[in-house]
Amino acid sequence: MADINNEYLLQKLKSQFGSDILSHEETYGMLSIILSKDKNLELLTWLYNESELKFQFLTDVCGIHFPDNKDNELGVVYHLHSLVNNIRLRVKCFMPVSNPSIQSATSIFSSANWQERETFDFYGIIFEGHPNLKRIVNVDEMDYFPMRKEYPLEDGTRTDKDDKYFGR
Amino acid sequence: MQNEIIDIDEKHKEYTTLNLGPTHPATHGIFQNVLTMDGEIIVNSEQTVGYIHRAFEKIAEHRPFYQVTTLTDRLNYCSSPINNMGWHMTVEKLLGVEMPKRVDYMRVIIMELARISDHIVCNSVIGVDTGALTPFCFIFQDREKIYDIFEQMCGARLTTNIGRIGGLDRDWNDEVYRLIRKFLKEFPVAFRQFTNLLERNRIFLDRITGIGPISAERALNYGFAGPNLRAAGVDYDVRVATPYSSYQDFDFKIPVGTNGDTYDRFMVRQGEIWESLRIIEQALENLPPGKFFAEVPEFYLPPKEDVYNNMEALIWHFKIVMGETDVPKGEVYHSVEGANGELGYYLVSDGGRAAYRLHFRRPCFIYYQAFPEMVKGAVIGDAILTMSSMNVIAGELDG
Repeated sequence: MADINNEYLLQKLKSQFGSDILSHEETYGMLSIILSKDKNLELLTWLYNESELKFQFLTDVCGIHFPDNKDNELGVVYHLHSLVNNIRLRVKCFMPVSNPSIQSATSIFSSANWQERETFDFYGIIFEGHPNLKRIVNVDEMDYFPMRKEYPLEDGTRTDKDDKYFGR
Repeated sequence: MQNEIIDIDEKHKEYTTLNLGPTHPATHGIFQNVLTMDGEIIVNSEQTVGYIHRAFEKIAEHRPFYQVTTLTDRLNYCSSPINNMGWHMTVEKLLGVEMPKRVDYMRVIIMELARISDHIVCNSVIGVDTGALTPFCFIFQDREKIYDIFEQMCGARLTTNIGRIGGLDRDWNDEVYRLIRKFLKEFPVAFRQFTNLLERNRIFLDRITGIGPISAERALNYGFAGPNLRAAGVDYDVRVATPYSSYQDFDFKIPVGTNGDTYDRFMVRQGEIWESLRIIEQALENLPPGKFFAEVPEFYLPPKEDVYNNMEALIWHFKIVMGETDVPKGEVYHSVEGANGELGYYLVSDGGRAAYRLHFRRPCFIYYQAFPEMVKGAVIGDAILTMSSMNVIAGELDG
């Protein structure tokens, strides 16, 4: 088992993808990179096939919404795990809310199928190349994406509840 | 001549569509499977999930951290304490708090008891789905004793809300220790009888061997974790790979299978129950003395006497209950080995009073999508068995 740590991993990623890695940080022991969104599939494929790294376990895919980040409002967060080296990596790709599309990872990971559908369901992120991109946990008739920040948790017409005293 | 009758060309062939679920007694939960059948053989299966979706991730963005614990209870409700502990540890990781050894050990005991109770449900239900109702009824008497222990620890049995951010809500009383010791003495006897009813039962073994298999490669590609992945032969266990809550202190084995079929999934869970018992024994024997909570006044409720007599304690009490404590800004992923596999919490905090984003990696949701591939070409009875041996829990599936 090769001794791979975060610095080494970052170095390898940088030598392969260079300026496509927009930024990186290490939070609570996990390396986290922000990648330009067109390169997501290329990076995942490369990490999957790289003989030393072998990031072949897609732990998690989820979306995130920052309404104040102009042109980078929506994000997709991948958590990858290299079981051989027992090291984890977080990859984030941001995109504008006006054109929320990104390449699907279903061609490499079967597990991405439902996770991407869930991300689409909650955030309206279009995964190009997904075999069956439709809502998964919400009803098909829903015409909004409920996890986006602009949608309030409760019915906006209610007047009997006031949360402002609780700082929420 | 006979061949002509059977051999209908594709153009005239018709498949039957069969609705398995959403509320079918054999699916143990609200799952719908629209099966395309060729006679008795399953050609394709399309799943509908989301019948009990409760938008936990959205709710969690609007609640103080301690109120999220009750949401995690309702993910995998067969082993709520594991979910609770995973959540506490995630927030503690974000806060950067170290737990005293005693808390770690107590949590390990609680989590392993929960794991046993979860695996019992799964394995006895495999029995039920093959027509063996007796082991199920028999072992559930002893499973109730685990709930008795939880009740004594925290007052609740099923949705436990056990522990707090920063430790446990209260120290264990003598009755808890007595019940755990009694359980450790009596459960192996009952479980051995359960084992004898199923593990050496020729009819049962013939029924479950080779049903719903998945290869290690496919299982990994589908993001399997926990007993289902280990049944396919991959020895990945979060407790060993990235130890949390002092799991590195304990000596235990990781049972693995070879074929990833129903038999292997059953046997891996059986093995894990024995290992969990060993862990509980070790933890109870070496339970260090000391405090059952860490010093995190911002999140851990002070004792009631102090609240009445001490200004700071009163302030903290008020702030905690009203959810007015800010958390540091940060981004953390923490995972624990849930009964069904890697249960992950991805928490993004913007420094406010509630999570900016919280995502649960729910193992059921991720591995249930392999179901159509696993039952292709099988008969309906096998599909039922495959589903129950995967231990798909509706609450965890829908989130």
